[in-house]
Amino acid sequence: MDDITKEFLVESYENLDRLDRDLVALEKDPHAKDTLGSIFRTIHTLKGGSGFLGFGKLEAVAHVGENLLSKLRDGLLVINPEITSALLSTVDAVRAMLGEIEKTGQPGENDYSGLIELLTRLNDGKNADPIVAPTALPTPPCAAATVVVDVVETITKATLPAPTPTPATTPEAAMPPVAKPVVAPVAAAPVEPTASAEPTETRSSGVSDSTIRVDVGLLDKLMNLVGELVLARNQVLQFTSQRTDSAFLATSQRLNLITTELQGSVMKTRMQPIGNVWSKLPRVVRDLATACGKQVRIEMKGKETELDKTIIEAIKDPLTHIVRNSADHGIEKPDVRVARGKPEEGCLKMRAYHEGGQVNIEINDDGGGIDIERVKQKALQRGLLTNEHISRMSDHEALHLIFLPGFSTAEKITNVSGRGVGMDVVKTNIEKIGGTVDLQSQPGIGTTIKIKIPLTLAIIPALIVTSGGDRFAIPQVSLLELVRMEGEQARKQIEFIHGAPVYRLRGQLLPLVYLNRELKIGPESASGQDAINIVVLQADGHPFGLVVDEINDTEEIVVKPLGKQLKGVASFAGATIMGDGRVALILDVLGIAQGASVVGEVRDRSIMEAASQTRKAADPRQTLLLFDAGQGSRMAIPLSMVARLEEFPKSQVERSGDQEVVRYRGQILPLIRVSNHIPAVTAVSMESDPMQVVVYSEQGRSVGLVVGRINDIVQETITVKRHAHGNGIFGSVVIQEKVTDLLDVQSIIRAADPSFYPKTHASTAA
Amino acid sequence: MTDSKQFSTFFLNGLFLGVEVLKVQEVIRYQEMTRVPLAPNMIQGLINLRGQIVTAIDLRRRLELPPRPEGQLPMNVVVRSEDGAVSLLVDEIGDVVEIQDEAYERPPETLKGVARELVTGVYKLKDRLLLILDTERTVSLPVNYKKSQLQGN
Repeated sequence: MDDITKEFLVESYENLDRLDRDLVALEKDPHAKDTLGSIFRTIHTLKGGSGFLGFGKLEAVAHVGENLLSKLRDGLLVINPEITSALLSTVDAVRAMLGEIEKTGQPGENDYSGLIELLTRLNDGKNADPIVAPTALPTPPCAAATVVVDVVETITKATLPAPTPTPATTPEAAMPPVAKPVVAPVAAAPVEPTASAEPTETRSSGVSDSTIRVDVGLLDKLMNLVGELVLARNQVLQFTSQRTDSAFLATSQRLNLITTELQGSVMKTRMQPIGNVWSKLPRVVRDLATACGKQVRIEMKGKETELDKTIIEAIKDPLTHIVRNSADHGIEKPDVRVARGKPEEGCLKMRAYHEGGQVNIEINDDGGGIDIERVKQKALQRGLLTNEHISRMSDHEALHLIFLPGFSTAEKITNVSGRGVGMDVVKTNIEKIGGTVDLQSQPGIGTTIKIKIPLTLAIIPALIVTSGGDRFAIPQVSLLELVRMEGEQARKQIEFIHGAPVYRLRGQLLPLVYLNRELKIGPESASGQDAINIVVLQADGHPFGLVVDEINDTEEIVVKPLGKQLKGVASFAGATIMGDGRVALILDVLGIAQGASVVGEVRDRSIMEAASQTRKAADPRQTLLLFDAGQGSRMAIPLSMVARLEEFPKSQVERSGDQEVVRYRGQILPLIRVSNHIPAVTAVSMESDPMQVVVYSEQGRSVGLVVGRINDIVQETITVKRHAHGNGIFGSVVIQEKVTDLLDVQSIIRAADPSFYPKTHASTAA
Repeated sequence: MTDSKQFSTFFLNGLFLGVEVLKVQEVIRYQEMTRVPLAPNMIQGLINLRGQIVTAIDLRRRLELPPRPEGQLPMNVVVRSEDGAVSLLVDEIGDVVEIQDEAYERPPETLKGVARELVTGVYKLKDRLLLILDTERTVSLPVNYKKSQLQGN
């Protein structure tokens, strides 16, 4: 049995226990809306779960039960003992099927058509015949269920040593209506591998015993305590720097290690990749698409994004609902899609990523979008809002109407969606964990649902910076790199576009944001200091540089939420306690970026990219790396082609075939001696030890170019003076008043290692 | 028979104020604080209360009273709210007093502005009046908080 089924069983058993309680409670107080709602949702969840695991029979029973409940909830029927009994026998039937699933992996062969009929009849209300129904009918299916389960069990056991048809006759005689199904397992049992494996499985343990379910509250407490321990550890470590007592140092070192490990383990108990939840969805979508005659493809990005267990649990149902909704309502039938000029196959994209201390999950479909007018009408029809109310609504607000309880725009109720339970559950569940749901829809183009979940109670690595005299923590997830400029050079390198400061980072313009100005704190420190520290961050795909006074350290911090009084301040994601016991604020990188308008305004990325292309073309200046290839020959390559500069001692060079290689970052880096490939350069071995190596990377592969000496990095406007001669050289330019050859890196690599560029291999060989 | 209530009292710009004693988690002396840039100016900062981060609200600013004189360090009255502990910064701490309900009176209609909203009642004591604050409302900042009132130095 796979994990998903197991999880489903454990969860369903718990739900069933609650159902029993709820149903009895409901009978006592038929008007308890909350109880009814809870029952309805439980059955709905059960139906959903069984639907996507492919237990059609279970789904069918749950579906009719849900129909009946739906009427009760809408007040079309009033609960009476008959209905309660019918619902209770539904629960029993479900329980019997779950038992069967646990044993054999299938819901068993029992026939529940009698129960389904009864439920349907009750659902129709008028047809309910109170004389026949009350006690006579509800009980048989129930009894049949349990009896048959027992019988099937005996049969499977009996058939294992010696399959005989005899046991089948017993239930046949005793239970005429279920006779036919009972024969089937007899025939199937010896053949099916699951059946033969079954006895050992049953003996070992039931599903619920194989794992320990720990109260989330306890894990929370554990997590809090570990958080406190981390802080105490940080404090102790600060003291150690002032001590020389070696025993104390050793102890605190051990404390440090143990705390780190403990923290890691406790985090692990709670963290799970979102892929665990997502893995169920392709199946859901496939089945749904097949059922509706649609073609839907599902694309997932960021499966490895880790989330706290509680959050995973909480978003599981909402995600399933959203995906079902998207596939059912969002994506159109193939013919409609073709008519609208879209590919037949609809696409459902899911993306998860960390941003600014939050986890974002986006579910995007390229379907028909949401018809705002219809949403408004439906809200009127259902009496959820008044006409006046609706006329004052913005489109965005109107879209959010779909999150109201009892709202559904589906024309008819399918067993997929349209009961109006989906979206309000989605919203409630996500808000319960402090998240938000946002919805954007363009008619004819598609709908995007964006869920933001805060990372409360998490320990994250962060960079500590100082600005305006205060310390701030920046979550490391949004950190790209750090740039430090000193002295005169520092101020020269910051340029202004109409007052907006920018910095050229490897040829790309990086907008700069001064943290102290953004937060309106402290003096204008940039002018008083001789160094400028830029923290290069990424927000929503836009890199920007945050100028801070000082970069202190990286540290593991415990994220603590801010009080509600500070919820309106978008610049901060939370606060933490530093090693010295003081509080430091955690920057919300996205909030800062929005505050500084780095993101937020509608900026089309393609426009930006096009702009940067033209700018590149317009700016003739290039950053070049200057080096000596061999004896006295000055060469240059564009810095953008250089991944890193390294030094390797000659002793590290190994050979692989004819190729000189070094081990570099866990990989084998082939070395190419530039001087060997340029005829003009006499290969005098003036290579120094250690060797100077320019690491060049393309498409995930790297080579090391061995050069004589690395001289300088310059920004120059290059005009090629003399177009060359091939042989690994593009041409010659004058840089710093000296003739310099521009190295044609690609042709040299091709010459040395033809397999480096697999696609162009043929042409270079020719 | 008369019922009585207990209040934890403090002084603020000459006013004698009190909050229900059960709402008060603890009273501590001045703590070093971390300011919160861009926050409403009545938020003085964040304090570390044994590993818990607590927002400190300057009660003088909250009640729109003149600022505390330079050099005078406020005290923290940490109250429990729906949203966890919040510290109210006051000038000086008074006693816990037990007062008979009959000394209670609704705040006069002439009470205006923010005090009207936050003061739930007045107890007539022998020599002075004790104003009772609604802690929940005090720790919730006004919704329509204007941008111009944000800290802007």
